[in-house]
Amino acid sequence: MIGSVTSFLASFIGEPMANMVLNIVIILIKVVVVIAVTLLHVAYATYWERKVIGHMQLRLGPREVGPYGLFQPFADGIKLFFKEDIIPANSDKPIFYLAPVIFFVSALTSLSVLPFFDGGWVSNINVGLLFLLGMSSIGAYGIVMSGWSSGSKYSFLGGLRSASQVISYEIAMGLSLVGVMIMAGTLNLTEIVKAQYNYPTGFYALPQILGFFVFYVAMFAETNRLPFDLPEAESELVAGYFTEYSGFRFALFFLGEYTGMLIMSSIGTLCFLGGWTLPKFVMDALPFLGSLPKFVWVAVFLVKVYFFMFLFYWVRATLPRYRYDQLMNIGWKVLIPLALVNIMITGTLKIMGWV
Amino acid sequence: MLQQLFFGYYAFIIIGLSLLVVTRKNPGHSVMWMLLLFFHIAGLYLFLNAEFIAAIQVIVYAGAILVLFLFVVLLLNLREEIALRQTVGSWPVAFFMCAILFVAVTAALGAYVQGPVGGYSIDVIQNETHAKALGKLLYTEYLFPFEIASLILLVAVVGAVVLAKRKLRS
Repeated sequence: MIGSVTSFLASFIGEPMANMVLNIVIILIKVVVVIAVTLLHVAYATYWERKVIGHMQLRLGPREVGPYGLFQPFADGIKLFFKEDIIPANSDKPIFYLAPVIFFVSALTSLSVLPFFDGGWVSNINVGLLFLLGMSSIGAYGIVMSGWSSGSKYSFLGGLRSASQVISYEIAMGLSLVGVMIMAGTLNLTEIVKAQYNYPTGFYALPQILGFFVFYVAMFAETNRLPFDLPEAESELVAGYFTEYSGFRFALFFLGEYTGMLIMSSIGTLCFLGGWTLPKFVMDALPFLGSLPKFVWVAVFLVKVYFFMFLFYWVRATLPRYRYDQLMNIGWKVLIPLALVNIMITGTLKIMGWV
Repeated sequence: MLQQLFFGYYAFIIIGLSLLVVTRKNPGHSVMWMLLLFFHIAGLYLFLNAEFIAAIQVIVYAGAILVLFLFVVLLLNLREEIALRQTVGSWPVAFFMCAILFVAVTAALGAYVQGPVGGYSIDVIQNETHAKALGKLLYTEYLFPFEIASLILLVAVVGAVVLAKRKLRS
């Protein structure tokens, strides 16, 4: 079918142009599908969070809208969409408009390099891991600029806290992933997953246990989640950097935060838990699994991602918030030295040829 | 054709954005234009097949250095800054200097000779991936300059710590 479309187009604009146009159309379709599916996952991640935390606190969570409250995310979305859009009088308007967009767009852009199964990516680039780190640092601009442009003390403090927190933990997170880069010998996410598949344990969480720990802790700080949600600490700062936002602009922050959580979970899955693959010894023991079509493996990927998401919820329901100086101490005095030690150990073992 | 179009776009937008950065009265807006500028520079690197450098450009310049700029801007008293008419007083002198520089660069462009092609062609680098090629060069051939650069950065860090500690003591 694609061939006939190409030849039809080629009769108007020539062969090379037709191929280019077709490629662009295919990429656009992929982008739309990935974003639509992710936003549905985001919607149900909020529902699932409320259910999990509800049950952990001996409540039932949402139940009213639809069977078992399944339509609750849509009810919330419609409510947010029709709320009044309030803009503070002494805000810096262009940046006030722009900040939530930057935050949300940077989260969505990260989706473009994630491989969901073998062949299931929008683009497979050689510096995938670096691209993800870069995009997560751009997200910080959305937070800082929203806090600065709101013209409110609480927002400003929230923005400042978030900026210093995200910068500090970005170092720890980047360094924790260096061990994975050394072991896999590449920055390409698909190659990292394949290298893990061929590794005896089937995933890097075990040999990279230090790196995994550092990544896991830094993940909470990067996404501003409890126990490190100081930028939006409601008992001190009303709601932190998005205090002044309402209606759909607030919804963008909300969606961006959950997309960010899904992306961090995906990075953890791809770099430490073997992505869409099962360990090789499992595949050898059950040979019929190898004949399954490739897109089925997205289920394995999703199970691993939702395992991380469950940990997010579990920690939120269990741990109280840290103090700000404790947060900085953990970041600079524990996590970064641990990550450096991990790099030294992994590098030495790699030179010796033991990993 | 398409290549010239892309390069032209990046070149003009980068110049335009740099002008916007230095002419905004509100430093917050300057920072945001600069962010866009860094993205265009990263795009220019991508256009040269240097994906690793492009990613590093975004992580280091947009993600770290510009956020530090932002910190300084956030802690300024903006009301006073915006009230200032212009930040640089002697613009005729600056204009004169820039004109001389422009003439010098234009004159030098005539003497441009293409250098010899090295061992690292696009194909070689794509086979070896950027990170590996760059890492190998940095840690073998250019190890000494690389270590000197890191030493200079270390000096800066130590200097910052010393200044901060002195203020604490007094």
